[in-house]
Amino acid sequence: MVRQFFDDMHGTDGEVRAAYAEIAAWLAQTPAQTLSAKREEAERLFRRIGITFAVYTEGGDTERLIPFDIIPRVLDADEWTFLERGLKQRVTALNMFLADVYGAREIVRAGKLTNEHIDTHPAYCAYMQGVTPPGGVYTHIAGIDLVRTGVNDFYVLEDNCRTPSGVSYMLENRSVMMRLFPELFARINVEPVARYPQDLLRTLRSLAPGGEEPCVVVLTPGQFNSAYYEHSFLADEMGVELVEGIDLVVRDKKVFMRTTGGLKRVHVIYRRIDDDFLDPTVFRADSVLGAPGLMEAYRAGNVALANAPGAGIADDKAIYMHVPEMIRFYLGEEPILNNVPTWDCSNEGALAYVLDHLEELVVKETRGSGGYGMLVGPHATKKTRDAFAKKLRLNPAGYVAQPTLALSTCPTFVADGTAPRHVDLRPFVLSGADGMRIVPGGLTRVALTDGSLVVNSSQGGGTKDTWVLHTRQNGAK
Amino acid sequence: MLARAAESLFWLARYMERMDNLARLIEAAQSMAGVLSETEEWRSALTAAGVDQLYDQVHQAVTPENAARFLCTGASNPSAIISCLDMARLNARAMRGALTRDMWEAVNQGWLESRQLPENAFSAALLPDTLDWVRTISTRFSGAYETTMLRNENYWFTRLGTFLERADNTARILDVKYHLLLPQDSSGVGGMLDYYQWTSVLRAVSAVRAYQWVYREEVKPWNVAELLVLRPEMPRSLRACYDAITECLDELAASHGGRRGECHRIAGAIASQLRYGRIGDIFQSGLHEHLTQQIERAAELGDQIAAHYMR
Repeated sequence: MVRQFFDDMHGTDGEVRAAYAEIAAWLAQTPAQTLSAKREEAERLFRRIGITFAVYTEGGDTERLIPFDIIPRVLDADEWTFLERGLKQRVTALNMFLADVYGAREIVRAGKLTNEHIDTHPAYCAYMQGVTPPGGVYTHIAGIDLVRTGVNDFYVLEDNCRTPSGVSYMLENRSVMMRLFPELFARINVEPVARYPQDLLRTLRSLAPGGEEPCVVVLTPGQFNSAYYEHSFLADEMGVELVEGIDLVVRDKKVFMRTTGGLKRVHVIYRRIDDDFLDPTVFRADSVLGAPGLMEAYRAGNVALANAPGAGIADDKAIYMHVPEMIRFYLGEEPILNNVPTWDCSNEGALAYVLDHLEELVVKETRGSGGYGMLVGPHATKKTRDAFAKKLRLNPAGYVAQPTLALSTCPTFVADGTAPRHVDLRPFVLSGADGMRIVPGGLTRVALTDGSLVVNSSQGGGTKDTWVLHTRQNGAK
Repeated sequence: MLARAAESLFWLARYMERMDNLARLIEAAQSMAGVLSETEEWRSALTAAGVDQLYDQVHQAVTPENAARFLCTGASNPSAIISCLDMARLNARAMRGALTRDMWEAVNQGWLESRQLPENAFSAALLPDTLDWVRTISTRFSGAYETTMLRNENYWFTRLGTFLERADNTARILDVKYHLLLPQDSSGVGGMLDYYQWTSVLRAVSAVRAYQWVYREEVKPWNVAELLVLRPEMPRSLRACYDAITECLDELAASHGGRRGECHRIAGAIASQLRYGRIGDIFQSGLHEHLTQQIERAAELGDQIAAHYMR
């Protein structure tokens, strides 16, 4: 049987790939009824833990569960080693790029980008010019979205350098799977992901200004934020305080939190609020989410922020197309992971090409996220494409276009049994002043609708546990 | 711990306790229907809950249906039972990490159930069942925290909220009833009506059986007052509440290296007054004056706790 898409389990020729041998056997011997019961149990567990996701666009009840698929996605040890090398290389270059943007701007001098390109960028933070964060690291927690199109073809779809979400799902998915299918974990040697919170804490502590035992906090916009569950989960797992802006106070360029014992010094803030809201004296004056004076304390080196303000300039979709060039420029290496060819519509020639080929392309807003405001050409009606072309002509600089990739699929348990569904993968790369850490795996997102390529949770996507096999996968047993 | 976490736990516990007291108050008012003038009984419930003026802004006259609805549902009364539950959940959710899972589930489950209440849950016919449900939620919550919380600051702030709220409610209920029952002339004292009225005070704090066990005689005003103000074995008495409050504050001081403030001084002063007081002396100088002072000092204590720990 020849398939149109690469399937993680069956490849392109229909043969079960080695990494999936045990999963295939398990699926073959487990009746659909059992799987169905397990899926319901999983849902019950998620609801009880209260892992919900807020959807802003719908009226009424805005807390809902992200659907969870019980068939894991498997990567073998070699695949993971390859991805890990590529991820480290890419995030290293992104951090060097950020240091350069807010420093000497060698990349401009080399003629790869213009000053205007940088200074007019909405995510560029002028306040950060000349500020060096601890260890020269800007994006301490990066979520890199990967897709696969063939056995050895992995593409980076998007870099998330500000405050990527989803790591709580990676961890909860695993713990639910271990609870539902202990026998599978006994049979298959899966790399654990549970050390992520400890890795995160070590990464954050490495940023602390010296002298005292570092105090780390997680800064959240509060309980009505869509990712609030994740914020409180991470604070709990790391054993640190989850604070809101009103809990923080700045005195003498030092940050403190209000405790029952008085003010307590804070050294590192893992902030889950956007740049604009960090400090009303520097950014948006109407914001109450941050703390007045925070940026001054930051600039004085008395507190570390993860991720650094202004890191968003590295994850912009128009900057994305330059990442392979960055890797060559800063590291003198060839990129390990592929970039998707991208047309920058602000370029006249590119725009003409994109308008001519709308039915083949995916067009994305450069500032958009969450799968909003995009056009999937091959799946759109002519009317939708025409309407989109109009928007594109009005604001070409607001868009980039990419070919529609043949995203790989994974067997997924849906209403009528097991069927292939498109997936992506978001591993989380931690960069501290003391080096990089990645737990083996990441969050696999799956488009639950047949044929859909959009995996975002805000667009009805679900998640799966991601298994990286230990080298000794078929060892002792 | 984070000052805001202490505040959230303190208020979470206060709202859960307030709900429970409101339910008892309403139950007592309803049970007196037919014995007393209904209007007076319901007005006294509104006064004890501290919402009588608010009620008058919304309604022309006191009727049992309107008063019950006003005390139960949150539409125009921010201190109603349902409003308390909403506020409790908001505080719980804001600081979920500070709660044990059992505590969270007790609050969240109660809140979810409140969304499912039938339209007529607060009608005279269904009211007793609904009030039972309210007390169950409150009991589930205190059971959950007593049995699952580590005995650290989180626990002491939760407990502090419970007992400060309870002390305030007991003082209010007793004061209002006492005021209401003050005989216009001495002819009514010791009569059947008087007996029912003082029993309703006991009923409002679920102490009818307790009274019998302690005094083994007919219901007398000074015994009721002594039971609710000075008796340490009565769990809703001011004395019992302040013993618990000083214990909580002592534990908190200990976990902050002995640091004490105005809140410790006030609580200590009230507690020793209750420990060494005699009901005869209190009646001599005026029970109403005594209770008014208790209510004012409880409010001041709350402010001082906030000033010392929560800002």
